[in-house]
Amino acid sequence: MATLEIHDLHVSVEAENGPREILKGVDLTIKQGETHAVMGPNGSGKSTLAYSLAGHPKYTVTGGTVTLDGEDVLEMSVDERARAGVFLAMQYPVEVPGVSVSNFLRTSATAVRGEAPKLRTWVKEVREAMEQLQMDPAFAERNVNEGFSGGEKKRHEILQLELLKPKIAILDETDSGLDVDALRVVSEGVNRVRESGEVGTLLITHYTRILRYIKPDFVHVFANGRIAESGGAELADKLENEGYESYVKGGASA
Amino acid sequence: MADAQNIPAGSTTAGSIAVAAESTVATRMSAPPSFDVADFPVPHGREEEWRFTPLERLRGLHDGTAVASGEGVKVEIEAPEGVTVETVGRDDARLGRAGKPVDRVAAQAYSSFEKASVVTVAKEAVLTEPVRIAVHGQGGVAFGHQVIELGAFAEAVVVIDHTGDAVLAANVDFLLGDGAKLTVVSVQDWDEKAVHVAQHNALVGRDASFKSVVVTFGGDVVRLHPRVEYAGTGGEAELFGLYFTDAGQHQEHRLLVDHNTPHCKSNVAYKGALQGQDAHAVWIGDVLIQARAEGTDTYELNRNLVLTDGARVDSVPNLEIETGEIAGAGHASATGRFDDEQLFYLMARGIPETEARRLVVRGFFAELVQQIGLPDVQERLITKIEAELEATV
Repeated sequence: MATLEIHDLHVSVEAENGPREILKGVDLTIKQGETHAVMGPNGSGKSTLAYSLAGHPKYTVTGGTVTLDGEDVLEMSVDERARAGVFLAMQYPVEVPGVSVSNFLRTSATAVRGEAPKLRTWVKEVREAMEQLQMDPAFAERNVNEGFSGGEKKRHEILQLELLKPKIAILDETDSGLDVDALRVVSEGVNRVRESGEVGTLLITHYTRILRYIKPDFVHVFANGRIAESGGAELADKLENEGYESYVKGGASA
Repeated sequence: MADAQNIPAGSTTAGSIAVAAESTVATRMSAPPSFDVADFPVPHGREEEWRFTPLERLRGLHDGTAVASGEGVKVEIEAPEGVTVETVGRDDARLGRAGKPVDRVAAQAYSSFEKASVVTVAKEAVLTEPVRIAVHGQGGVAFGHQVIELGAFAEAVVVIDHTGDAVLAANVDFLLGDGAKLTVVSVQDWDEKAVHVAQHNALVGRDASFKSVVVTFGGDVVRLHPRVEYAGTGGEAELFGLYFTDAGQHQEHRLLVDHNTPHCKSNVAYKGALQGQDAHAVWIGDVLIQARAEGTDTYELNRNLVLTDGARVDSVPNLEIETGEIAGAGHASATGRFDDEQLFYLMARGIPETEARRLVVRGFFAELVQQIGLPDVQERLITKIEAELEATV
């Protein structure tokens, strides 16, 4: 069973006046089949956690470990992490001019699966996944994320999630900027992948809204670069009612 | 100046649209066009037409010290039926009719060649096979001149292939009779030390179509000057270019479309990728719409993709309009860096770095390559682009 273990993770970014520590000792273990929601106020370091796990070069790991089934993730390049089974659905997916969605998806699936998918089954697989996400087939011929609306970008991210079937899925504010209909469609996509029982999900969000569609097993409150409190789904209700205020204050005085 | 930081700013804003009584395109040159090299002063490098070019790397082509050697270039011409190929002397009346040399090296070439090649496609002949001109450098200095002439309503594809090592100054005249259609592909696939300076003059007849595809990969310094004029109304010119500039290479494409005749069209699209320290690409796109050229329709575009630090692009579109009675005129220039965020995004989907770069670069060139319309040339270009990427990434 796949397990992602994050232990005492410290991460810095380069700021104007030298490196600034954003993650200050994160501990978190995600097992296949589990869904963890990480919630927190703006600037608490949630996205830094997501990008650091995916290996974005902007972030420097200064301490701690991350392992996937005992393998050192931090030693891996960005593409190696993806092939090892770590998937990051990005908050701000990047435009890639001149590269069509269909070409991109197939290249990506070939890399992650280790062999080119058989053309006939692949076409069907993509078409069905797109239908379920209510995406126009013409979408496949557009350039990656170029001119996509906010909702289209997020659907495209979840389309990749469905096709690449990672061991660990990190969803970075996938709900942000979505209207209710789009949120439902996207959440259904995430749930289809979760129902396979083969993915561990790290759902990073600012709002509790998405948790009505995607039920977490664990909720963690992120504040000041670390997990301030962990609990079950009921913790989300508390946040819904009380907000992050107590954590922000606690973080500031600590 | 030579760092990558100033690239996007320097190139995206450098364009100008001038509405002038007097042609700035013409007056910007340091001497009027002439066949005689003596009419041009030796450039010192600050002239408008030389300011981007590393004169010290021209191996004497610009100052008269380069002297033709026996082992210059070997020119082989393979032509299908319906085509006449001749080697002629300097006094042949068919030379120099498409345009005069506009700078010192072009004039040096015209003043120095001993034999010229004249390729004639008979009136109304429609070739099914391309004319292939292989220019192979043998390590020496050479001056040359070629004439490609199509009679009225003739149709031809001409592929000029430059390979090997040479210091070459050579001009090419393209003469299109009324209603003729000519596609010329000029490939600069030189060895790394080669220096190649050339002026391409096209004179497009009434209702004729000229398509130029310039592809520059190799050489130490390549400086090409494709120019178009119209001999009658209804002419069309498409000028496509594709270059891949590697570390230390200087590749300069200076275009002029002179809309001197009413109701003609031109479309210019050049795209280049650069990688490596001191890779330097220069693109000058001059379009002149003369007062009498009513009904002109023109567009020019230059795009550059900078793949690594240390490369430099100078991109200067210049559109000069002397009449408002035109169908359309526009230009665009943009230079972008290969974006680390794009790379991250693709790699985060499991795609290895080299393949991610290849995807992006192939995508960048794809649209232009498709417009060439010659499948074998298109395939060769894509293969070459892939090889360029693999060589250094």
